[in-house]
Amino acid sequence: MSGLELVDITKRFGTVTAVDDITLTVADGTFVCLLGPSGCGKTTLLRMIAGLEDPTSGDIRLQGERLNDTPAHRRNLGMVFQSLALFPHLNVGENIAYPLRIRGGSPASCEARVRELLDMVQLPGVEQRAITQLSGGQRQRVAIARALAVSPQLFLLDEPLSALDAKLRETMQMELRQLQQRLGITTIVVTHDQREAMTMSDQIVVMSKGRVEQMATPIEAYRKPASPFVADFLGQANLIRVKRADNGASFDGGFIPGLEVPAGAESLVSVRPEDVIVTSSGNGPVQADVVFVREMGANIEIYLDAGQERIVALAAPKSHGDFQVGARVSLTLPPDACVVFGAEGAH
Amino acid sequence: MSKLLTRMFFVCMALFLALPIVVIAGVALNDKKTLAFPPQGLSADWYLSVFTDAAWRSALVNSVLVAATAAAISVAIALPLAWFLWRRVAPWAQFVQVIGFSPFILPPVITALGALSFWATTGFYGQPWTIVISHGIFFVSLPLVTITLGFATIDREVIEAGMTMGADDKILMKTVIFPLIRPYVISGFAFAFVLSLNEYIVAYMTVGFTLETIPIKVFNALRYGYTPTMAAVSVFFVLVAVGVFGLVARFGDLPKLLGAWSEGDET
Amino acid sequence: MRRSPPQKPVDYLPIAFPAIMLGVFFVIPFAIMVAISVFERVQGGFYEPAFTFANYARFLTPFFGKVLAFSLGLAALVSAVCLLIGVPFTYMLTRLRRGKQVVWLIALLGVLSLSEVIIGFAWSTLLSRTAGLSNLFVWVGLMERPEAWTPGFAAVLTGLVYQAFPYTVLVLYPAFSRLDPSLMEAARTLGCSPARAFANVVLPAMRKTLLATFIIVFIFALGAYLLPQILGRPQHWTLSVLVTDQAIYQSNMPFAAAMAVFLVVASLALVGLSMAITGRKGAAGV
Repeated sequence: MSGLELVDITKRFGTVTAVDDITLTVADGTFVCLLGPSGCGKTTLLRMIAGLEDPTSGDIRLQGERLNDTPAHRRNLGMVFQSLALFPHLNVGENIAYPLRIRGGSPASCEARVRELLDMVQLPGVEQRAITQLSGGQRQRVAIARALAVSPQLFLLDEPLSALDAKLRETMQMELRQLQQRLGITTIVVTHDQREAMTMSDQIVVMSKGRVEQMATPIEAYRKPASPFVADFLGQANLIRVKRADNGASFDGGFIPGLEVPAGAESLVSVRPEDVIVTSSGNGPVQADVVFVREMGANIEIYLDAGQERIVALAAPKSHGDFQVGARVSLTLPPDACVVFGAEGAH
Repeated sequence: MSKLLTRMFFVCMALFLALPIVVIAGVALNDKKTLAFPPQGLSADWYLSVFTDAAWRSALVNSVLVAATAAAISVAIALPLAWFLWRRVAPWAQFVQVIGFSPFILPPVITALGALSFWATTGFYGQPWTIVISHGIFFVSLPLVTITLGFATIDREVIEAGMTMGADDKILMKTVIFPLIRPYVISGFAFAFVLSLNEYIVAYMTVGFTLETIPIKVFNALRYGYTPTMAAVSVFFVLVAVGVFGLVARFGDLPKLLGAWSEGDET
Repeated sequence: MRRSPPQKPVDYLPIAFPAIMLGVFFVIPFAIMVAISVFERVQGGFYEPAFTFANYARFLTPFFGKVLAFSLGLAALVSAVCLLIGVPFTYMLTRLRRGKQVVWLIALLGVLSLSEVIIGFAWSTLLSRTAGLSNLFVWVGLMERPEAWTPGFAAVLTGLVYQAFPYTVLVLYPAFSRLDPSLMEAARTLGCSPARAFANVVLPAMRKTLLATFIIVFIFALGAYLLPQILGRPQHWTLSVLVTDQAIYQSNMPFAAAMAVFLVVASLALVGLSMAITGRKGAAGV
């Protein structure tokens, strides 16, 4: 078996279970994001992979070999920390050369490699600068260069872009993804930013309360969320309680024709705002009142009340004039855009 | 409060702190062997006598040797202790830390009397090296405070970064931890050095009758015969203290060492 | 890096040296001193093992009572004077530019580290008839002829304040330098004058710090062992002086030890009190 395997990993701190029986596989050369709200155990999981925490139980394997008892400094991995953790007493060149020097690299070979790495992160010629002379984005690049200096088997990043402003963050996301594809290095990033995860990764691991909610490609996780939590956490979702009815499903505010839901108890249905069709005329299957309209520039968000349910819809900006607060409109929720969960939220 | 009042207050305090030193600096300029101020006739002889007079010179050498060794012992005790407290979870180790602080918090006469009792009981009373150990213990608190502060400023992620890059504990100590706390170690040494140089009571109770340090010699001169040399040597000591703390400030962040937030933290 | 409990015996090695050194050269000496305090004194400056509270019983004499009362009173007075000057001084100091602060801090540390011997000598010179301030006043025309102002109570007090003042400022310094400046600004926007804002806003906010500092400086002043000897008369001697005097000149180690033990207990009680007030450890700082 190749790649990184986590088997039944559990981590407890005292009575708190931070990571609860997680099993997952990361294939070689893929980019995986661990995504979840703070406190979901994603950073703890990453730290266990790095060897900075010991799992309470379970195995970590890399290329089939058990890694649990290998201390962090022998795991041959590169890690970028949330604080970046650049050495304040060393300059840029010395920081990047650090892993090479402690492995006994000659000054000449280190120098050449540092130059190569700085070129790679598009920051040539800053070897002699002090860390304090760099901007946030530049420090980010230095940290990445340093983590990749020894061509590690695994590249781990813990909220690496959280200190950057929004615009720079997006640029760095794309650069990081391009760099990873060029090097073909197995990469795991911890983030709480779903846009970041969507931008960069081959696979998203959505975590909540120490467990994996879903592991899938970004688009699959977005289109086919495995749980209401995933639906809600990745982008926006309308979560509606429905009951089985003739030829469809009914809810407090109306009817969804053609949607199959289990008989008996209520089911939870998720619909993305961009899938909700709003029309100002006619008698659709759902009648709703416009309660708020949010101009977003590229599109508008319309907040609607359909019975007891609050539904958000996205519409093109030119339609704004049709939807004033207080107007009564009709909605269509296409059944193929609906994801049905059981009453408890499971499939 | 007007600026003028503030400034006057500062000037008054500066005068209060400086006046005694100005007077002894002047007294040491006297031409004759008298402690008159303003000095009668000007002469640098008394200042030179600190180094030319054999008795004063030997006291000076004793003081410097004792202070340097004692400060080294203080650091040698404080450094591993501070490291252990930083690296390990061991509540009982705090007890050792409290013992390290106590000689400095309690009135000095207690440490002095304890040292006297101990060296007398063990039969080493009066041996010149006993003062080195007793001073080393007495001033442990100073490097302990500075080095503990130094460890607290190390971002633990920096250490972890070193680990993920392949550094084991030993390499980390050499390449990351020690370089980061070195300024704090040096300041701790400097504080202990200057205070040991000036310390009287512990020195007096351990080696008072066998080894003359400068404070002991100044005290004896106070009792048994004034000489402007004692003023000169005092001025010299003030300069040493100011010089050493000036260096600490030059190469470190003195306000931070003394408990202010670092510059970056200020709003 | 996560802090971990020591596991292997070798993990304990780093703390072994500090623990042994402090144990052998501080805890054991301390224990010996406590033991001596219940020993019996024998003529010729020695003592022999015994178990007697006779040395402690001497605390009940009027002589000791007078010394104790004087020591505590003097320490309290010194502490009060130091706070009275030190609080506004530290406040203004922390409002200065960092560069100026550093200069002051160096000066304060310089004075603080000065030997009591040197401070005593310097002040005895400054207050003397031949070289002292009074000469200056004569020269200016304020006085007829120079006077000696030492030995005397005022001289002792001045010397102790001189010694304890830098200590007071350095103990207050962390708290004042961390004081939120917006506190003052808020008071100013509400119409307080700077002095009133300081008295009504800053001081109440620092109440605990001030009380703890009072105690810490009090202990510091209690420890002065030379200034009362150099600048004062025998009736100005404090407990610390008495301990030295009994140990060295009267060769009565047991009584000196008993007084030292008493001093420890009193100091520890005060340290405990100051910790209880601030609710944290390490209030003593450097």
